[in-house]
Amino acid sequence: MSSDVNGATVDRMAGVDPLPGVAKPDPILVVDGVRRSFGGLTAVDVEHLEVQRGTITALIGPNGAGKSTLFNLLTGFDRVDSGTWTFQGKQLNGLGGHRIAREGMVRTFQLTKALTRLTVMENMLLAAPGQTGERILGSFLRPQWRKQEEANRARAEQLLERFKLLAKKDEMAGSLSGGQRKLLEMARALMVNPTMIMLDEPMAGVNPALVQSLLEHITALRDEGMTVLFVEHDMDVIMGISDWIVVLSEGKVIAEGRPSDIRADQRVIDAYLGSGYEESGREPQTDTGESHE
Amino acid sequence: MRRRLVTVLLAVVTAILVTPAVAVADTQGGETLNGQIRKPETVAGIDITVFQGDEEIGTATTDSEGRWEVALPGPGNYRVVLDEESVPDEFVVADQPGAEHADVNVRPGQQRTVIFVLAYADEASTEPSPSQSSDDADDGAGAAASDTEDGLAAPGVSSNASFGTKAIQLTVAGLLYGLIIAISAVGLSLIFGTTKLTNFAHGDMVTFGALMALLVSGMTLFAGLHTAVTNLLADVWLLGPVLGFVTRPMVLGTVVAVLLGAALGAFLERFIWRPLRKRNVALIQMFIVSIGLAMVLRHVLMVAFGSNRMSYPDFQLQAMLRLGPIAITPRDLVLMILSVLVLVGVAALLQFTRVGKAMRAVSDNRDLAESSGINVDRVTLYVWTLGGALTALGGVFYGLNQIVHWQMGFHLLLLMFAAVILGGLGTAYGAMVGGLIIGLVAQLSTLWFPSQLMNAWALGLMIIMLLVRPQGILGRRERVG
Amino acid sequence: MDILQVLADATRSAIGPVAAVYALAAIGLNMHFGYTGLLNFGQVGFMLVGGYGVAVSVSTFGLPLGVGFLIGIASAVALALVLGLPTLRLRADYLAITTIAVAEVARLIYRAEFLRDITGGVYGLQSFSTAFYQWNPFPSGTYGFGWLSFSARDLWVMTVTWGLVLVGSAVMWLLIHSPWGRVIKGIREDEDAVRSLGKNVFVYKMQSLIIGGVFGALAGAMLVVNQQTITPDQFMPQVTFYLWAILLLGGAGRTLGPVLGSVVMWFLLSVTDSVLRQLIATDVITFIASSEIGGVRHALVGVALLVLIIFRPQGLIGNRKEMLINVK
Ligand SMILES: Nc1ncnc2c1ncn2[C@@H]1O[C@H](COP(=O)(O)OP(=O)(O)OP(=O)(O)O)[C@@H](O)[C@H]1O
Ligand SMILES: [Mg+2]
Repeated sequence: MSSDVNGATVDRMAGVDPLPGVAKPDPILVVDGVRRSFGGLTAVDVEHLEVQRGTITALIGPNGAGKSTLFNLLTGFDRVDSGTWTFQGKQLNGLGGHRIAREGMVRTFQLTKALTRLTVMENMLLAAPGQTGERILGSFLRPQWRKQEEANRARAEQLLERFKLLAKKDEMAGSLSGGQRKLLEMARALMVNPTMIMLDEPMAGVNPALVQSLLEHITALRDEGMTVLFVEHDMDVIMGISDWIVVLSEGKVIAEGRPSDIRADQRVIDAYLGSGYEESGREPQTDTGESHE
Repeated sequence: MRRRLVTVLLAVVTAILVTPAVAVADTQGGETLNGQIRKPETVAGIDITVFQGDEEIGTATTDSEGRWEVALPGPGNYRVVLDEESVPDEFVVADQPGAEHADVNVRPGQQRTVIFVLAYADEASTEPSPSQSSDDADDGAGAAASDTEDGLAAPGVSSNASFGTKAIQLTVAGLLYGLIIAISAVGLSLIFGTTKLTNFAHGDMVTFGALMALLVSGMTLFAGLHTAVTNLLADVWLLGPVLGFVTRPMVLGTVVAVLLGAALGAFLERFIWRPLRKRNVALIQMFIVSIGLAMVLRHVLMVAFGSNRMSYPDFQLQAMLRLGPIAITPRDLVLMILSVLVLVGVAALLQFTRVGKAMRAVSDNRDLAESSGINVDRVTLYVWTLGGALTALGGVFYGLNQIVHWQMGFHLLLLMFAAVILGGLGTAYGAMVGGLIIGLVAQLSTLWFPSQLMNAWALGLMIIMLLVRPQGILGRRERVG
Repeated sequence: MDILQVLADATRSAIGPVAAVYALAAIGLNMHFGYTGLLNFGQVGFMLVGGYGVAVSVSTFGLPLGVGFLIGIASAVALALVLGLPTLRLRADYLAITTIAVAEVARLIYRAEFLRDITGGVYGLQSFSTAFYQWNPFPSGTYGFGWLSFSARDLWVMTVTWGLVLVGSAVMWLLIHSPWGRVIKGIREDEDAVRSLGKNVFVYKMQSLIIGGVFGALAGAMLVVNQQTITPDQFMPQVTFYLWAILLLGGAGRTLGPVLGSVVMWFLLSVTDSVLRQLIATDVITFIASSEIGGVRHALVGVALLVLIIFRPQGLIGNRKEMLINVK
């Protein structure tokens, strides 16, 4: 369940059964039999998973469920033991992290990776794709990349404004607070112009007021056609903006469905939410927040 | 492609700056012939004459260090003759390479070394020919500095032995070499495991151990003690021989060296590394600190002990034992047995004792170990102490097996790195396995390739390992995000 | 003690050709470590292949000196590939270990007996730099004033080497102050982050390794041209440690850091040398023989590295603010 810009609720996943591994009408990402184990521990073992294009999909599960590992595998930062996955129909097995990012699948890290001794603006500019000046000989042709640089700078400023970082643009990224780094990392990922963005706990440590505005931003991105896959532990956030939720436990997908389905799913309650959640029955605040708009 | 263009660009700049002109023979003179008579010991007062054709070019007499030098008029072929009349009575000229080098070629500007070898007169007939004998007269002229660099081929392997015999001998030598590398490298790996520090000064801790043993074993005090004990207790059953052995200067020296090595390890951890960790100094910077430390330690040792190659007074000349097809000196046999015992002991320590388990736990995951109540600082101190002791022991063994030299540890360091990378950085058992492999590869390579390159093969193996399995034989891949 | 003489010697050494050579090699190291964060502990290996590229081409094969320089540079590119291919995908310390190992292996190979006909083995090679000196535009004589004068030959070597330093610094500045340099610096901070933004980190690191290596090779070539001889054992790992001390002294990650570092370093080394020598000559110090001054000097460089890293990690002209952020 989610709200679109004008406040009306639309179900973007209409007609899809809430079953683990269910097929979606227009999947942008299809994962098949992806496994990864560390020594004796099987961290990820996903038989089949599809992510619908143009939706916000949440990936939830207890600590150590394998969410970050799955992110690492899909984005080329770790190697699968077995399995394949395709993004927009293209098989991505064995491609390096940078190749997958260029395919349009850009991720952020759970432990932020700000480029500390670069300024916030440099962090942003670095992310812009297709720069002439980034090639070694191109770097000598100043006039050639100057114009491109100006355009990128303008776009970066817009994003920084949105993420409340514009005032900090000339500060070293290393001087930012933990929450600000999360924001910078998200803004930087967006600077790449991704088709699909994968956020690993983007809201951890970000203050509630800003969370609200970021959620709006993410929803807006979705409405522009971007696909969002994110890991989050905050149930209010998850229930508030997700079109679809995938539950991972001990490396396996144990449930999938709309927020309402997940809330009612006994296995999820046992594995993750705990009994307290259902009984309290409280409505996610974000829904109310948004409906006032 | 672009890269190549830049290279070409730079090259063009250079070429413009340095346009070639017609090459003319360099008139920079300075050709000399020189050498040092130091086998079996330095001998002064020996006359050496240099001829070109029949013309006498010059004569020199060896100085107190056995050195001589004759300046030459220019490049060319010379004949160098040692005057046997001038050799003191107690020596004779060794058969190889003899008293005359008939055809020594000197290139422009070259300062060429010519080797003469003497032998004790009374042993001349029985003494085996020196190792240079396998080279031809021209190649035998290794500069004095050069042989400290080259890998030392297994002793006792004569060049005309059959391939099988050589292979067996080299395997034995390789095992011993590998065991020594393993002993020294365990500490390196454990230190890396517990503190993530790549300790560049580890090689110089090896040298430290070897030199401390040299210092102690050379002290007359201990030699006196040994004589006294052997004299007093010679006839006492069991106690006599045991105490006699235990008080041998070399044995005492080893014990003291190991203790000092442990103390050095503990000292470095307590007064350098722990404070740096507390200041949150980045790992890269710690690494550079260890390089600075290595330079200080190495050169202080050099200034203190001199830059000559030395050997321990004890356990030097020994007859080969024959065990089936294997020929080995009792010394090397004992070293091998001791090394195996030490490594088994270390493994047992890590596997079964509380402190050993704690070491492995910290090595596995420092934060987790800390949160589960292990005193990480104390364990790290133990690791350094153990590492320092083992490293010193490795140094003594290495010195006994080969030579003692201020750079010995540095040469061993690269092999230790190769061993720990091969076995898996941070795992103690990996260092042992890696050490053995490295030792064997280095020695066995001399079956086919020049012994000068034996360490190169070992390092090459490390690079191949990085290509195919960077985490090493026993290592684990790291997590990224 | 003749202080004026000591200072005069030190000044000459600080602006002499050797200081320029070390500055050039340190510029390469600055590219590696200062900007890209690559722990190259085998810079001397690049100097070695550069020097031998010139010496072997000219001395052994009779090629023109210019071709020798090109071959030296090509050797550096090849060496960078050998070093980079196995290690640039791995954690930083693997590169450190591999570089120092490969530089040593290279030295062992160049001095090996079986290559004696080509490299001159342990004796090295001579007479390959005649062309360079024939091209000297300065008429013979001495230049300068009083205690600070150089022969025409020295002046010529200094002009070319410092010229290369100047060109090198300019190239470096242009590279670093471009989007390419931004990526390189990003890699220094966190290569996974840069990779996640779609940059081919491996290629950038390789480019950096090659560029820095080429500077090393040029330095090696100028070093042996200045000496007019080459021997393998002058390319010991200590040279690399000197370069690190120079870089850290001047300030890593600053265009002029390596240049300033080299000048100051050679000034200080010369002062220490002369003072030690005079103290030994006058029997003030008796526990060191004059033949051991080299060892003492190495030890002092070691101390300098320690002290710099601990107390002034940013060097003389580094950015203190940047350094403090260092949270890696
Ligand atoms: N490199 C590694 N080596 C060993 N074990 C690992 C490694 N990476 C992950 N694991 C293990 O895999 C499991 C899954 O970890 P992962 O980080 O994917 O969990 P997660 O779902 O992201 O948890 P959280 O919600 O706490 O972030 C954990 O048990 C973790 O210990
Ligand atoms: Mg996670």
